[in-house]
Amino acid sequence: MDLHYDIKGGDFVNAGHASSSLKKVLKQLNVDSRRIKRLVIALYEAEVNVVAHAYRGTIQVQLYPGEVEITVEDEGPGIEDIEQAMQEGYSTASPEVREMGFGAGMGLPNIKRNCDRFHIESTPGKGTSLVIRNSISD
Amino acid sequence: MQLWEIVTLLDAKVLTGGSELSREVEHAFASDLMSDVLTVDHTNTLLITGLSNLQSVRTAEMSDIGQVIVVRNKEVSVEMIRLARASNIVLLTSSYSMYRVSGILYEAGIEPIF
Repeated sequence: MDLHYDIKGGDFVNAGHASSSLKKVLKQLNVDSRRIKRLVIALYEAEVNVVAHAYRGTIQVQLYPGEVEITVEDEGPGIEDIEQAMQEGYSTASPEVREMGFGAGMGLPNIKRNCDRFHIESTPGKGTSLVIRNSISD
Repeated sequence: MQLWEIVTLLDAKVLTGGSELSREVEHAFASDLMSDVLTVDHTNTLLITGLSNLQSVRTAEMSDIGQVIVVRNKEVSVEMIRLARASNIVLLTSSYSMYRVSGILYEAGIEPIF
């Protein structure tokens, strides 16, 4: 089963829509609630990142037997130094993003912490691509 | 402690989930930083926040936090109420400050998380 979502940069009202939808789907599939929480927190942080930093983005969720793979791709300024961006506390977020309760430099570390597998690639001036993969069964 | 006791202690208004006030609350976490809330891994937790926007409710939804109190009588939007209802979140407001809310609940035996 595949799910697809579009994200608009700057659209804070709908940030979290995809994570909320995925949460419902995984609940219907009777996935363990702790595993659901890990995945949706990672996806929510990724959604907020796209809304906060990029112009637009897409989320592709692929459900395999026992596993979920999520690809989040955006068109945006990209990340110059991924190693730096992965450090807790490092942030380039705008004051508007901080007013929404984000932008403290915890997003990417939070995503990584909640994923079994995590891969990020970015081209400055073009955009960022993030692939996360989690087991959803024992 | 049950939620209705918290409502009484904090002189709180119940905006959603009035029929859910028998829920048991063991822990509380006070923050305006949603990424920090997303690191919370406890059940039966109350989120105390001064952040009154959709993201505070979304964050609770993603973190499996079933109850949120917005402090200092910050205005709560219709969209927040709608989302809280849809997510089965009890949404409360209090005129008390975050410090006062935290102090009262700490004294009453609600456990901190970190």
